Amino acid sequence: MRVVAAMSGGVDSAVAAARMLDAGHEVVGVHLALSRSAATLRESARGCCTIEDAGDARRVADRLGIPFYVWDMAERFQRDVMEDFVAEYQAGRTPNPCLRCNESIKFAALLDRALALGFDAVATGHYAQIVERDGADGEVVRELHRAVDAAKDQSYVLGVLDDEQLARAFFPLGDTTKPRIREEAAARGFSVAKKPDSYDICFIADGDTRGWLTSRLGEQPGEMVDAVSGEVVGEHRGSYGFTVGQRRGLGLDRSSLDAEPRYVVGVEASTNRVLIGTQDLLGVDVIEADHARWCGAAPVGEVRVGAQVRAHGEEYPAKAWVDEHDPEVVHVRLDSRIRGVAPGQSVVLYDGTRVVGSATIASTDRASVTSPR
Amino acid sequence: MSVYLDHAATTPMRASARVAWIEQSERGGNPSSLHTSGRAARAVVEESREQIAGALGARPSEVVFTSGGTEADNLAIKGTYAARLHSVGASRLVVSGIEHHAVLDPVEYLVKRQGAEVTWLEPDRDGHMAVDDLRAALTPDLDVAVVSVMWANNEVGTVQPVAELAAVAREHGVPFHTDAVQGVGQVPVDFAASGADLMTVSAHKVGGPVGVGALLARRDARLVPLVHGGGQERQVRSGTLDAAGIRAFAVALVEAVGEREAHAARLTALRDRLILGALGLGLGISVSGSWSEGDAAGRLPGNAHLLVPGCEGDSLLYLLDAAGVECSTGSACQAGVPQPSHVLLAMGYPEAEARGALRLSLGHTSTEADVAAFLGALPGVVERARRASGAA
Repeated sequence: MRVVAAMSGGVDSAVAAARMLDAGHEVVGVHLALSRSAATLRESARGCCTIEDAGDARRVADRLGIPFYVWDMAERFQRDVMEDFVAEYQAGRTPNPCLRCNESIKFAALLDRALALGFDAVATGHYAQIVERDGADGEVVRELHRAVDAAKDQSYVLGVLDDEQLARAFFPLGDTTKPRIREEAAARGFSVAKKPDSYDICFIADGDTRGWLTSRLGEQPGEMVDAVSGEVVGEHRGSYGFTVGQRRGLGLDRSSLDAEPRYVVGVEASTNRVLIGTQDLLGVDVIEADHARWCGAAPVGEVRVGAQVRAHGEEYPAKAWVDEHDPEVVHVRLDSRIRGVAPGQSVVLYDGTRVVGSATIASTDRASVTSPR
Repeated sequence: MSVYLDHAATTPMRASARVAWIEQSERGGNPSSLHTSGRAARAVVEESREQIAGALGARPSEVVFTSGGTEADNLAIKGTYAARLHSVGASRLVVSGIEHHAVLDPVEYLVKRQGAEVTWLEPDRDGHMAVDDLRAALTPDLDVAVVSVMWANNEVGTVQPVAELAAVAREHGVPFHTDAVQGVGQVPVDFAASGADLMTVSAHKVGGPVGVGALLARRDARLVPLVHGGGQERQVRSGTLDAAGIRAFAVALVEAVGEREAHAARLTALRDRLILGALGLGLGISVSGSWSEGDAAGRLPGNAHLLVPGCEGDSLLYLLDAAGVECSTGSACQAGVPQPSHVLLAMGYPEAEARGALRLSLGHTSTEADVAAFLGALPGVVERARRASGAA
């Protein structure tokens, strides 16, 4: 097959490209230029859109002897990922930009362009596995599964991909652990073998998300309110800077509060209020999520699943069913309450290691207890 | 075997230049040393200087060796600006808007960081600079430090009326610089006859090695050095002289200039075949810049610059490369991303049209088979690139 290897300049996508080549595919390396300011050159290699990263990717491509191109997707990225990120926070939700990037850049804009240019598929360095099975009518059924390396598993940010996207995707690292990938990179002589992993949001260079949002949205002073009593317990400079479950950086007026730790238990964008409460208010077991995407057929009736509500988070036993009126909406009932479920994040549903589907968390609640909101 | 149609980027080294290069590198010796091997190296450098001057209508003492065209352009612009600012307080630069970045960027640096002012000369739709525009820009109340207009454009191949422009600058007593990197070896280039005060030339565009070039500077040209040190090259450009590179430069240049007439006639015919072939494919392709069949004076003989509607230049490049044809969009990249050409934008093309640019540049190794291979690959490439453009 003719395959575009998306090469960020990191160790994972380098090994992914090499493995595609070893598997006998015709491989062309493509680095995505995602930043408008192409001159960005950061001190540390934490992102995936610096000149240094493009140079690292090019060196790997040179070493593999494959053609290498930089494709400018900055405009699409700006619109579909960065502006969406800002709008989501402004609306009181907590978005996952990596997931959005997979959905609308890597397996949309990049894949579409690759297909138009005569390629068959896109390969990335994501840690996830695609398992092919024979379907009932002789067709090949593709399933998305967790990676072997549970700590690095990225199936959560790939759960948005539909069947057509999965059919055009390769994740060659899913069967290997990260330490082995680094060893392999070193054995292959890649200069990026010891390059640090990127953890942060690639377009926020210093990792200060709240500061970055403030520079775009401006200060929006508002009240922090006790979720139960309605009493004002502090002030903030923009409700967009808070996420459900957050404990640090609240700057509360402790004089009116008891010693128990306080958390953000809700963000009300319409009134610009941040709701504060004790730990017990954080626990939820009812999730309503929209924009449902199914890897394969949508579940019929109530199904037992494992639900993961944030990247690299735990998986919790639950049951899920599709809304009877709206096929885009899915209801999740967790077996027990969990904390820190933030609207805007995805809930990804698993059956064993298989991704069943994913949806964006719209609201949360607690069964049989009056909601604080 | 790939088809190389990017000679304007760099052209394969001539065999004679390679031999001269290796021979001299085996000899060694610092041309500034006073002992025997130093004197021998010095003799090679000076003999080369004389040959280069002879081939370009300059005096040997007017040749200032540099590390290449970019350094020569920087020296001409910044060095003259600093000298003229100091001597007569002149702080304005008059520069064509279609210069190579080696001229544009020093100008922008002087404007942003050193308080210089600039008057940009805008080309017509074919890329020509008007003599009257220069005259208007040199009105007496403006103290102009230097005028810079390239001999021939590196993207679209338009040849400028350098002698007329230089004459206007001279009337106003303003030094005139021309970047002749693309012109040498393709059109007649004579430094003295052109009336220019400063002229940039480069070795690797005529079949010499990369890393050596020269600024031709009239003996009365005032230049503040950019590189200080041992005082080589009239105290204007310090640094140990690269005798092997300079030797190979001279050999390549003498050969290129000697063959120029026959070479230009051959390239013009190939170029016209390429352009006519592309226009005849029924793909809506147009040629940019000044072009008429057989014209070897108004457009560089080796330059074909095509606009392919509905395509992104980098898609075209990738698909042609995959089909074994190496060429260029002609414009600069930023971090690997081709930018819409400032030359085409200055010529009045909208950005959407400028994005589908393709530069095919022919040189001494080009053949009819190269042109045929390109024309054979083009229809399929354009079709795919258009699909990709619709997708992205």
